[in-house]
Amino acid sequence: MQHRSILLKVLQTSHGTTLISILAAAIVLVPILNLFVPESSFLHVPTFTVTVLGKYLCYALLALALDLVWGYCGILSLGHGAFFALGGYAMGMYLMRQIGDRGVYGNPLLPDFMVFLNWNELPWYWYGFDNGFFAMLMVLLVPGLLAFVFGWLAFRSRVTGVYLSIMTQALTYVLMQAFLLNDFGFGGNNGFTDFKDIFGADVQSDATRIALFVASGLFLIGAYFLCKFVTESKMGRVLVSIRDAESRARFLGYRVEHYKLFVFVLSAMLAGIAGALFVPQAGIINPTQFEPVFSIEVVIWVALGGRGTLYGAIIGGLVVNYTKSFYTGAMPEMWLFVLGGIFIISTIYANKGVIVGVILSVIAMTIFQPLAQAISEDFYQFILLAVVYAVLFSSAIYFDRLYDLAKSRIAATNWFTNLNQAPHTEEAKS
Amino acid sequence: MTVTNASPEIKSILYLNGVTKSFDGFKAINNLSLDIAPGELRAIIGPNGAGKSTMMDIITGKTKPDKGEVRFKDNIDLTRHDEADIANMGIGRKFQKPTVIESLSVWENLDLALAGNRNVWQTLFFKLKKAQHERIDEIMTLIGLSEKRDALAKNLSHGQKQWLEIGMLIIQEPEVLLVDEPAGGMTDYETMETARLLKEISEHHSVIVVEHDMDFVRALDCRVTVLHEGSVLAEGSLDKVSSNQQVIEVYLGR
Ligand SMILES: Nc1ncnc2c1ncn2[C@@H]1O[C@H](COP(=O)(O)OP(=O)(O)O)[C@@H](O)[C@H]1O
Ligand SMILES: [Mg+2]
Repeated sequence: MQHRSILLKVLQTSHGTTLISILAAAIVLVPILNLFVPESSFLHVPTFTVTVLGKYLCYALLALALDLVWGYCGILSLGHGAFFALGGYAMGMYLMRQIGDRGVYGNPLLPDFMVFLNWNELPWYWYGFDNGFFAMLMVLLVPGLLAFVFGWLAFRSRVTGVYLSIMTQALTYVLMQAFLLNDFGFGGNNGFTDFKDIFGADVQSDATRIALFVASGLFLIGAYFLCKFVTESKMGRVLVSIRDAESRARFLGYRVEHYKLFVFVLSAMLAGIAGALFVPQAGIINPTQFEPVFSIEVVIWVALGGRGTLYGAIIGGLVVNYTKSFYTGAMPEMWLFVLGGIFIISTIYANKGVIVGVILSVIAMTIFQPLAQAISEDFYQFILLAVVYAVLFSSAIYFDRLYDLAKSRIAATNWFTNLNQAPHTEEAKS
Repeated sequence: MTVTNASPEIKSILYLNGVTKSFDGFKAINNLSLDIAPGELRAIIGPNGAGKSTMMDIITGKTKPDKGEVRFKDNIDLTRHDEADIANMGIGRKFQKPTVIESLSVWENLDLALAGNRNVWQTLFFKLKKAQHERIDEIMTLIGLSEKRDALAKNLSHGQKQWLEIGMLIIQEPEVLLVDEPAGGMTDYETMETARLLKEISEHHSVIVVEHDMDFVRALDCRVTVLHEGSVLAEGSLDKVSSNQQVIEVYLGR
């Protein structure tokens, strides 16, 4: 039984329901427009587009997973890309085993990169991945287990806020370094690609691509309802109390670390599913998926779409990625400006100060990436770079605080308060 | 003194002995001893920085003392437990700064505090029973917030937040209530109402109230402990402690 303002409830339901209806319609319409509308018609949706849309749905699922932990429990994970990537790698391992003897080297057991490395037998951790059921189980278990171990250590020792965010960045960074190593057994730099079959069907075929698109949509809708159930249960309110006043929740007798661990693991599993659905559609998985900047981008999607609303995260994931692909395709030099523009607008409407911090982090990362590549050989330069990064990161956090400070000052004027109130009220609905 | 809801064999519901806590060499709590009987209402007064809130932090498991005994119901050693454990054992707390969940409604705040299982699965599948529903309504009436049931806590006045927090404390059904400066930011009328409310609560619970407002303490009409520089300076009736020369000096010398 929920007891909250009727108006709020209606507003809330309508946004989410509208979005889910649109998604459901898309799941039905897109395949029809692809299969039954002649290619000459402007209504025809090419298979290529179906796959692109399918990938956006996976991103949206990842954003939804992040919103569950960040929007409702206040855990700003800057490492959700790692769970996405692990789910993707688990799927990739299955797909690699499906290739069988059709690889370049024709080895029936070993994937090409292992033959190339002169390996004679399959490493033990590859066992079982030829079995689809086992692999799908791993899609859930591997990210879930990592989240469990990481969360157990971090939440029990009460690491919160910025420190936790930095740890999650470190987590994904460390994993990226590990997966880059050839000897780690996951194809190093190149990752996995050239997939052939998935569950007995040709990955490249139109039917498979449509099936993957539909599956992505269905999982997204299912995950939305699951998250909705969690956030609207009493647990959802416990999560909000942890987000807003962690010590209050403790003094009420709630074991904060158990709640955090539960949503964190659930969220990591959803991210893993997103990654697993993404990989056969993208046709490749490699360590770039672990890049720290990717995880920060996910935060941006959620922040822009509206944190703590679930549907907002989905919209953010879809819209930002669509916009990004449009601009990086049409006028790549414009993308950063556009993103900046979106930021300025959303900062005005945002209810949390984190956005400014995210912008600066992204700038920091954007500078960091090419520089790191250019001088990765030189250790001293690397130290220098680390300092630059640290300065940028801390200034990001500083601005984050500053924004909060400024907000409370400006909030004295009525119009700003009103502006701020609207999204905040939505957030409070759970 | 009437003992209502504790078994007769318990001597002290809370017992502190020789408790010391330093922050960077500064002794916020210094060899503090305190004994609260089951069912007792006790007021704790003392100048700012006397260590009153720190004492509550120690009892509720937020801060671990450097040394000394902290016992609940004679034989439970509270220093070995954390906040959630202690809360579930039956010690509830109202903070000095009102701490309610701002983005939840009055009703949801009370629902959150409602006594019951705090385990993850239970809360995920929790359904409110009719009796619990009525209990929330009852508390809402008690704290005078029935009309505000769907108002977000952040839109309440300071005094209303204080009351909501007291309501959350009551609905938690603790055996001991620690109430830190409940009258802060309240009008005179609200202050007296709060004293009345706490007096009513103390009929069924042990209550420790920290407060500066002397009229408020007088209205509580109970034993008073004066804290100064982390230890007990005087203890007794309000009239007795307020005629104590040392107490007068401490208060006038501020
Ligand atoms: N976590 C802490 N770290 C450092 N000093 C503290 C901490 N908590 C309390 N203190 C210090 O201990 C003293 C007692 O504080 P407090 O218990 O809040 O006093 P009261 O509630 O009686 O006004 C103060 O001087 C305060 O600055
Ligand atoms: Mg205090």
